[in-house]
Amino acid sequence: MEEDYRELRAIARQIRKDIVRQVAGAQSGHAGSSLSAVEIGVALYWREMRLDPSRPDWPDRDRFCLSKGHASPLLYALLARRGYFPPEELDTFRRIDSRLQGHPARHKLPGVEISAGSLGQGLSQAIGMALAGKLDGKGYRVYALLGDGELQEGQVWEAAMFAGNRRLDNLCAIVDYNGLQIDGPVSEINDPAPVAGKFRAFGWHAVEIDGHDYRQIFAALAEARATRERPTCIVARTRKGRGIAAVEGTVKSHSWYPKVEELEDLYGEIDREDAPSAPSPQEVRAR
Amino acid sequence: MSVVSQKKIATRQAYGEALVELGERNPDVVVLDADLSKSTYTYKFAERFPERFFNVGIAEANMMGIAAGLALAGKIPFASTFAIFGAGRAYDQVRNAIGYSAVNVKICVSHGGITLGEDGASHQMIEDLALMRAIPNMTVIVPADAVEARAATFAVAEHPGPCYVRLGRPAVPVVLPEDYEFRIGRAATLREGRDVAIIACGVMVAPALEAAEALAAEGIGARVINMSTIKPLDVGAVIRAAEECGAIVTAEEHNVLGGLGGAVAEVVADQAPVPVKRVGVRDVFGESGRPDELLKKYGLTAEDIAEAARAAIARRARAAAR
Repeated sequence: MEEDYRELRAIARQIRKDIVRQVAGAQSGHAGSSLSAVEIGVALYWREMRLDPSRPDWPDRDRFCLSKGHASPLLYALLARRGYFPPEELDTFRRIDSRLQGHPARHKLPGVEISAGSLGQGLSQAIGMALAGKLDGKGYRVYALLGDGELQEGQVWEAAMFAGNRRLDNLCAIVDYNGLQIDGPVSEINDPAPVAGKFRAFGWHAVEIDGHDYRQIFAALAEARATRERPTCIVARTRKGRGIAAVEGTVKSHSWYPKVEELEDLYGEIDREDAPSAPSPQEVRAR
Repeated sequence: MSVVSQKKIATRQAYGEALVELGERNPDVVVLDADLSKSTYTYKFAERFPERFFNVGIAEANMMGIAAGLALAGKIPFASTFAIFGAGRAYDQVRNAIGYSAVNVKICVSHGGITLGEDGASHQMIEDLALMRAIPNMTVIVPADAVEARAATFAVAEHPGPCYVRLGRPAVPVVLPEDYEFRIGRAATLREGRDVAIIACGVMVAPALEAAEALAAEGIGARVINMSTIKPLDVGAVIRAAEECGAIVTAEEHNVLGGLGGAVAEVVADQAPVPVKRVGVRDVFGESGRPDELLKKYGLTAEDIAEAARAAIARRARAAAR
């Protein structure tokens, strides 16, 4: 019988609540960009990656580099629920003296692999880790999560060219292709499409999936692991703001936050899990 | 008779040779370059340790990010290119992926300042010390000669955290003895004097010594301090210079804004006010030319330093007369 991912879907609901709760508490932050990558994050942190939350500096751990650093509420929720720090601390998000900075700071919070925020830089740092892993003969894998708008940064393509030429098969980039950036549709502002085709041209293996479908996510991750002599790029079509009907699929979701009083209703909505499935790129373009 | 050695070696060459020794000693040392390995002398390391050398091509932003990632995985990366690209082109990567992240990357750049010469102002980095000094966590070092460049290469490898080491293109006189003991953050007094203190770094240390010799002939005792660590600055040495000499001249191959002169003036104004004259590029871009011609045209000679020393002493005298 095919797995229904019931456990992972329950975790994803908790992560979505944690994201909404953080931005509500801070009255700022980036919910839309966090909500679109929840399934990817849950798949990585609960199944795919070799981790030990009690030893965040374990040298053999797999590494997750959040390049789209504004999705910090997602990363913090994943780390807290995975046991890196107490979930109560999520309430300090963006507050003075908190370890949960607006954008992740590696020296402040265990489990954060890179400091991010200025876009376009995470893939390069993931490459450095992957190179070190090869030099040391270690088997760890390195994952980098990028935004689609982020692909407009030139450094991403400097990094893509280098990783392809170096045949870094312990590296996997995942593009959270939600189709929207602050000023509007990515396709209208400066379209990075075709993303998979571009990565292939740089010597990568590339697959396109529905980024909310665990079956497709795990198949792509397994394919990445099995691919030799090439890094893999997973282009994951997602919906920005996924799970919150009021903002899902809208530009507004980028920096949307609810009032604290609205949280209970939103938790109810998340528990009903009635959001539509991911759109095709054509649908994204049409919006 | 010159007070400085006739022996001339470029600091970048001393760096490249030291890197090979460092590579022998420490297997964690890795080196990155951005298509300038012949100029930065990292090619020597590349020849000896090809598996630990990464030429990223003309992509300095990516190089700094990869260096950060290597450091995060336990390596000691030395990232080399020209100063203009290391501190300028990749500033945001240096700030965020290296400085803010406090990772153990050694940014060792060559061709700093106007003595890069004929390539002209587009490549003559005169603002890097200001940029790098303003980044929290960053250690900033400008070796005076080949002896110090070699020592600094070993020292930064042992020093945890981000470091910026500025090296130069032209061969420069060796001013420090072979047994010179370099320590990050410690200034070295190369000549004693009580009438004025000349605080210099990099290629300006040799002309500072020549200036002191010229001043001595006029009966002026000039202390010469090699301030090779711009950050953390040897504050004690600056305060002692102010209190014991009563007038200070700074000399650097950098804009007079924000570099060594700025750093010294900040300390003096705050803790021991005395006249400070800054010798440096006077907030203008350079141009093509031979290094010696450029140093002359932009006011970076021994005579310029001596003149600044006389002016500083005169200002102190006027202040005393008031």
